[in-house]
Amino acid sequence: MIGFTTAAYVVAAVLFILSLGGLSNQESAKRAVWYGIVGMALAVFATLVGPGSGLWLLSILLIIGGGLIGQYVAQRVQMTEMPQLVAAMHSLVGLAAVFVGFNAHFEIGNVAQVMAIVDSAKDADLSDLGAFAKLIAKKTPAELAILHVELFLGIFIGAITFTGSVVAYGKLAGKVTSAATKLPGGHALNAAAAGLSLICLFWYTSTGGFLPLFLMTLAALFIGYHLIMGIGGADMPVVVSMLNSYSGWAAAAIGFSLGNDLLIVVGALVGSSGAILSYIMCKAMNRHFVSVILGGFGGSSGPQMEVEGEQVAIEADGVAAALNDADSVIIIPGYGMAVAQAQQSVSELVRKLRAKGKNVRFAIHPVAGRLPGHMNVLLAEAKVPYDIVLEMDEINEDFPETDVAIVIGSNDIVNPAAQEDPNSPIAGMPVLECWKAKQVFVSKRGQGTGYSGIENPLFFKENTRMFYGDAKQSLDKLLPMID
Amino acid sequence: MKIGTPKEILDGENRVAMTPDSAVQLQKLGYDCAIEKGAGAAAGFSDAAYEAVGVEVVKTAASLWKNSDIVAKVRIPTETEMKRLTKGKTLISFFNPAGNEEGMELAKSKGANVIAMEMVPRISRAQKMDALSSMANIAGYRAVIEAGNNFGRFFTGQVTAAGKVPPAKVLIVGAGVAGLAAIGTSTSLGAITYAFDVRPEVAEQVESMGAEFVYLDFEEEQQDGAATGGYASVQSEEFRNAQLAKFRELAPEMDIVITTALIPNRPAPKLWLEDMVKAMKPGSVIVDLAAERGGNVEGTVPDEKVVTDNGVTIIGYTDFPSRMAAQSSSLYATNIRHMMTDLTPEKDGQINHDMEDDVIRGATVTHEGEITFPPPPPKVQAIAAQKKPEVKELTPEEKKAQEIAAFKAQTKQQFTLLGVGGALMLLVGLVAPASFMQHFIVFVLAVFVGFQVIWGVAHSLHTPLMAITNAISSIIIVGALMQIGSGSFLVILLAALSVFMAGINIFGGFLVTRRMLAMFQKS
Repeated sequence: MIGFTTAAYVVAAVLFILSLGGLSNQESAKRAVWYGIVGMALAVFATLVGPGSGLWLLSILLIIGGGLIGQYVAQRVQMTEMPQLVAAMHSLVGLAAVFVGFNAHFEIGNVAQVMAIVDSAKDADLSDLGAFAKLIAKKTPAELAILHVELFLGIFIGAITFTGSVVAYGKLAGKVTSAATKLPGGHALNAAAAGLSLICLFWYTSTGGFLPLFLMTLAALFIGYHLIMGIGGADMPVVVSMLNSYSGWAAAAIGFSLGNDLLIVVGALVGSSGAILSYIMCKAMNRHFVSVILGGFGGSSGPQMEVEGEQVAIEADGVAAALNDADSVIIIPGYGMAVAQAQQSVSELVRKLRAKGKNVRFAIHPVAGRLPGHMNVLLAEAKVPYDIVLEMDEINEDFPETDVAIVIGSNDIVNPAAQEDPNSPIAGMPVLECWKAKQVFVSKRGQGTGYSGIENPLFFKENTRMFYGDAKQSLDKLLPMID
Repeated sequence: MKIGTPKEILDGENRVAMTPDSAVQLQKLGYDCAIEKGAGAAAGFSDAAYEAVGVEVVKTAASLWKNSDIVAKVRIPTETEMKRLTKGKTLISFFNPAGNEEGMELAKSKGANVIAMEMVPRISRAQKMDALSSMANIAGYRAVIEAGNNFGRFFTGQVTAAGKVPPAKVLIVGAGVAGLAAIGTSTSLGAITYAFDVRPEVAEQVESMGAEFVYLDFEEEQQDGAATGGYASVQSEEFRNAQLAKFRELAPEMDIVITTALIPNRPAPKLWLEDMVKAMKPGSVIVDLAAERGGNVEGTVPDEKVVTDNGVTIIGYTDFPSRMAAQSSSLYATNIRHMMTDLTPEKDGQINHDMEDDVIRGATVTHEGEITFPPPPPKVQAIAAQKKPEVKELTPEEKKAQEIAAFKAQTKQQFTLLGVGGALMLLVGLVAPASFMQHFIVFVLAVFVGFQVIWGVAHSLHTPLMAITNAISSIIIVGALMQIGSGSFLVILLAALSVFMAGINIFGGFLVTRRMLAMFQKS
């Protein structure tokens, strides 16, 4: 049976790798999901018939029960709520990792008890204790010490992932203030909690007691909460991918402590995937990972440039006239489009403009929205063909030849200060150069600054007109005027 | 202010510069409109139609010129007409400023402002007033129709009970606006259409219209239309020879040849020489759209249709737009109306002759007693310049040296990484037990594979990637399943909870990914 399980694990691991690799383009991605599903089914089946043969009826019932909830959520969720959903699901993985880690600890205790009575591992009757206990019983003291460290790490990362994801969920769903807030003491509190965890690690490896493990869990839960509370909403793409990475590393650490290669492989895959995504997001904002994680924008080195001019408002008929005359249009969506649920109206606008033979394209900044690739998903939901949705690098040099650029609910990613003002907090961040288009319309709720609180000189440029109002209502007003 | 349109004086000119439709729009700009009696008759617009929309019908040309502040017409004004201009009047018309010194001098001495419609720069913003393009479009269409009228066979190939008819072969020389319009008409009539142009970048446009672009076997750098505002310019001698050789090769096969090659401010280049005309089959037709400027074809007689000794018809009409006066008048009147819109930013019926504006400045040839031709180059380039490859050609040795250097640097980097990584692994291996090392190797390999695979993921699929990794990370369920068979109640409870949560994640994650991916679709 062990041979079968191992073989199944190998196949499952290969399927998972193919599944991630298949996401390199839209067509193969549809096949890639099936690789993942089959891989997961195989892994669960092999575990049920192999090492986890106890209580399989209960296991199946629980999986089905969870599956029904998962299915319900997956079908109900709005595409704009995708960031919240992903964060919420990460928290489940984190919590599961904590529980499994605790279980490993309890089993070590149980095994030790039995062994103390029987005195020798060979004679001990461990049949009541299950497969995992048998594995522990064979371990040498050195291996047991390593096991302690492994499960300690698994619980630590899992606990951070859990509270971190819960807070991220709250922020993305608007249930917790999305501004960066810290308790008095700031990062010193995080450092203290981390220090406490380190002390607990030494304590735990030398005694093997439950108390240090428990204290560490509390400290880790606090770190997760406080760390993410201190990060602002605009940095959420990095946070979500970072938590994604953590949930992978937690699974890998648990895999070490259970001696299960499949857990290690998959955990490592997920962990590195999240790490790369975080790296890509940070690069798109021209910021260091550490400064994102520690929250807030880096300090500016001098006074910011004064913004001259005034914001000129425009009504729907003016925008419609310009669009009717334009040959080429580029639309730059941002989080505001998601908030206003305006993607359907945007799609309708694009359909109308394209029907008139105009060249309409989308420019997507890597950190637009609250999740990596968030805008792509929203536009896809609204049936915008993906071949007119372009990345920043593909489209940035086309702005000078564009008649009209429409900015819908994005702010920092179109801020010319990033290039023009070396003292700006976002100086050096790559931005979409929409101000080079002949005309720019900005659909925006009001005159306030964007998330980062930075004034945006784009709004004051001569070729910019402000189209105030909720993005969806504004577009719906605009649509009938496009003839 | 009042806009007036006289009847065209030139014999055979049927067009008119104002239509009832355009008059309505001009009135919206705040202008009064007037038209000479019978001016629109040849184009199918009756005086009654003008009166119905509130246009004043004036009996004589003299009183129209006298009472109008702005005169809009089609053809280059004659001397008599020019003499009717007075100080402060604005004339909008075709003017041919490059070949009309006297006209400009006359306008200057009269103090009148003249806007020449052919001088409207070819930038996107000015397309709506580009009368050359709208007239060329009509000329291209009409050229094919005239050719068909004089061609004794079908355009399209047919197999009928009475025998097989081969399709006509049409060659269009010069793929400007007129050429493209001719291509469109010719292909839609069913002919096999070829097209040639000295600007290779128009090949794409030609092919998009359904014709085949004739490429030359020519090595020299071909010209970039962007440098000359989208127009063709003079070519080198070698290029011309290559071009003529190609035409000579094509001549015997072609049934219809339509030449539209013009270079701004120059006589039309001779492209279809006498020997090519001779080489064509009897019954073939040549339409020379450049006849007014001397013609592209040797043997063209302007305004005439001639038949050569070998039975080839050469059509040299210069009034193609006028032959479709209703259509060309309404397009030209719209061009004029757009020009007036730009001249009247306040919509108050007063001209604001803004010499800072690229378009207005470019088209104005005399202004307030000054000759303002030729205009300075426009600030906006008509067409984006083609990117020239900046990297200079490296010699093979240099290339090789570079490759070797890059390879060495890469090797060095990889060796360092491998060295450091290997040393670390060895250190861990010294202290850790063998069972741990086995798992550790698997872990390192998996991280490595993960990094290799994830870099390839498309940017737009990052959200599905997160959802699917999220589903996959619930592999933690395997750990929980291994523990659920334990004897301890607490362990069973925690494991069961973990299985339940992972179950939510697996189904939720995969289903949501599938839902997202199903949405991505190509246009």
